[in-house]
Amino acid sequence: MFKGEFPTPEDRMGGISMAKNDLALRVGGAAGDGVSSTAESFAKISARSGLHTWTYSSYQSVIRGGHVWTQVRGGLEPLLSHGGDPDVVLCLNQQTMDVHQADVLEGGAIIYDVDGVKPDSTKVRKGVRLLGIPLRKKAQTLSPNALMRNTVALGAAVHLFDMDFRHVESAFKDIWGDKKPEIAEQNLKAAQLGAEAVKAMGGSLQLGLKYSNEPKYLMTGNEAISLGALAAGVKFLAQYPMTPASSILHWMAVHGPKYGVVVKQVEDELAAMNMTVGAGFAGVRAMTATSGGGFSLMVEAIGQAGMTETPLVAILVQRSGPSTGLPTKTEQGDLNLALGAGQGDWPRAILAPRNPEECFRLTAQAFNLAEIYQTPIIVMSDLYLGEGFRTVEKFDFNVPIVRGMMATDGGVGNAKEYKRYQITDSGVSPRALPGTKGFQHVAATDEHMESSELISDVLSGLPEFVEERRKMHEKRMRKLEGLRKDTPPPEMWGSKNADLTLIVWGSTWGAAHEAIREVEAQDGVKVNSLEFPTIFPFHADATQKLLRGVKQSLAVEGNYTGQFSRLLRAETGYKPDHFYGRYDGEPFASRDIADKILEVVA
Amino acid sequence: MEFEMDTYKSEIKPTWCPGCGDFAVLRSLQTAVHALQLEPWNVVIVSGIGCSSNLPHFLSTYGFHSIHGRAVPIAEGIKLANPELNVLVTGGDGDGYGIGVGHFIHAMRRNFDITYLVMNNQIYGLTTGQASPTSEMGMKTKSTPIEGVIENPIDPISLALASGATYVARCFSGDVKTMAELVKGGIQHKGFALIDCLSPCVTYNKINTYDFFRERVYDLAKEGHDPSDMKAAFARAIEWPATQRDRIPLGLFYRNPKVPTYEDLEIAFRKGPPVKQPLGVENPDELMAEFL
Repeated sequence: MFKGEFPTPEDRMGGISMAKNDLALRVGGAAGDGVSSTAESFAKISARSGLHTWTYSSYQSVIRGGHVWTQVRGGLEPLLSHGGDPDVVLCLNQQTMDVHQADVLEGGAIIYDVDGVKPDSTKVRKGVRLLGIPLRKKAQTLSPNALMRNTVALGAAVHLFDMDFRHVESAFKDIWGDKKPEIAEQNLKAAQLGAEAVKAMGGSLQLGLKYSNEPKYLMTGNEAISLGALAAGVKFLAQYPMTPASSILHWMAVHGPKYGVVVKQVEDELAAMNMTVGAGFAGVRAMTATSGGGFSLMVEAIGQAGMTETPLVAILVQRSGPSTGLPTKTEQGDLNLALGAGQGDWPRAILAPRNPEECFRLTAQAFNLAEIYQTPIIVMSDLYLGEGFRTVEKFDFNVPIVRGMMATDGGVGNAKEYKRYQITDSGVSPRALPGTKGFQHVAATDEHMESSELISDVLSGLPEFVEERRKMHEKRMRKLEGLRKDTPPPEMWGSKNADLTLIVWGSTWGAAHEAIREVEAQDGVKVNSLEFPTIFPFHADATQKLLRGVKQSLAVEGNYTGQFSRLLRAETGYKPDHFYGRYDGEPFASRDIADKILEVVA
Repeated sequence: MEFEMDTYKSEIKPTWCPGCGDFAVLRSLQTAVHALQLEPWNVVIVSGIGCSSNLPHFLSTYGFHSIHGRAVPIAEGIKLANPELNVLVTGGDGDGYGIGVGHFIHAMRRNFDITYLVMNNQIYGLTTGQASPTSEMGMKTKSTPIEGVIENPIDPISLALASGATYVARCFSGDVKTMAELVKGGIQHKGFALIDCLSPCVTYNKINTYDFFRERVYDLAKEGHDPSDMKAAFARAIEWPATQRDRIPLGLFYRNPKVPTYEDLEIAFRKGPPVKQPLGVENPDELMAEFL
């Protein structure tokens, strides 16, 4: 069986030093003000300037109004989070000024429309430049479109950071393209007006960052999952819109058909999962994607796939629960849901990518695991990873494609003797796809014999069939042994003989590593981290080996009850010494983890 | 003929009660696929849960015996993966008109080329006799023991017409020959075919019996109904159960072969059946360039 390759954390850590080698822009306003498009343009400009780039959007469940902001961080070295306080805040309304003016770093700047927004100079840090620019008035010298004021502000920011204006031009070309070149041109002029205004108000921030101007790939975790699915040959996606998984549907709806992928928005998540089961049964690589609420609706159907031994991949992009919760906020609270989805025991694997590269690789691997073991594979991400933009290295699309045992493979058997649920040592029985002559069978959700004839109706309870049921159930569950072998093991990253070991899974990885860098450099504390790209089947032996040298541990999870910590304890008997849970909707900040580390080791 | 009638039969004997209306539906289906000489390996019969949903086990085609109420989306998924298969759904009134009614409506508006046989016995049989979505007003069951059912029954024919099904028929287990013809017509029809099969439960429904129906049914064709006329179809549909219970129309209410099917419109099918497409990405650089 193949093994996927995993980026080692060291690969991504590079040589981050504590000197100023990054920048951060925060754009804020009301929903409908164009915050995200302005921030996305800046993220693109940052990536094209050659910066490693990372974004985080704090938004709300509203189409107009409210308060939303996006932070774009760019760095000369690989980044691990969207960072803390920004160098520049771009205020599209008064509330943004009120909320964020105190966060701007010393020597930074606040860009705002002098007609309507007022800073409070007593609240800003020293040396912060208050750049009141008549954004709207300047924009209206070019066009009546009020949103162009964002472009004026964007141009001001680009100049503050001394970035090359050709990236502004290319970003606008991407947006308006060949269809509306005059609008791209107009926006470029608006951006130049912003830059000129800054020049007249003291010029750039002089951060001294040396841009390579070698463009980097910029994408969200959801896009990386979609690319991983395409690389693995997905041919079917059924999905019901739900934040923060919807962008998988959107991206696939645009790109899927070109690759022969059926992309279907359906009436509800019950239909999404059941259609995916049908498609998987019929022989295509099939997936669905949702968040916790939708996944809750899918649990009966995903258990059905476990019982009928139907391959499929389910993407679970978590958001804050319970119930509808905070639809636009992040959390890692759905682990128990994924572990326990469906009545009865059935074999599953749960993979939890830490970054976009793993979103790509683990999703591609999930399709192989699903077909090799003929059972659902769950890939768990979250809003922070799914919707945030990150720069990535070029993906290697040459992923292995392993479709598992088919009845028609040479020597496996012949049609007359074909038993769909043949009992085997691996628990895997050769599949036959509808349309294959002579291998007709019925996939059955009731308990069944090897032939798929039901045990449930007139045979259950008879001594012979008590035994038959036991054998069939054990056959299915034996797949867990293979799944454990074929899924990536836990990893210990960082210093040997550390004073403290962090225990993390999923997107928490980045902030945890950054916190470790901080405390090791500034406080001389040695910290490492134990990480789990595979949640289930749990790699208990490997974990126990890694735990042997652990002096003291701190589990960091985005939930209240320590869902992963409880799994760890159940599987190994090991109880983390300390627990840091975050469940306020915000992603972990490295500073907070660093503070917690210092508190624990003090 | 290449395939004998017995070719379509499996070795598994039906587990239904003696006299169950579902035997007639099984026989009709077998007759229809035999008459059409469908290759058994290119037929998939999907069912949900309930007495009638055991049907796929009794035939020699491919089958998917799924969970309660979800046979229709399973069938849609199969069809979307491999549109070359003949996909049928079989199940009961609880499965299709109760727990699965949402999927039923959406499948019809999509006009998938799927044939759906609902064995409608107006009762929950496998769970031993509770009210179903088609139980008549006032019917006493285990779950409505005092005053009987106090909800209006679902009218599947009107529902199907309103939802966009392009082949809508009702038949009765007391007449296998006509039933087989209607099923055959449904399979041949390009588009969603709903065939509501009045299939008496001899154990739990003592009201809607074979005799009840024999005394009331009449043949739409014999009364000159034109199945291409949607308005006329609605007028016939609301005769029963909506407005009276003395005369129950049987036969083809509506058929419109001109509506494009979902399969006709699905953009991904322009490359052919997804199940036959190569896996992976040939031009990854082009894809990645979008992110640069």
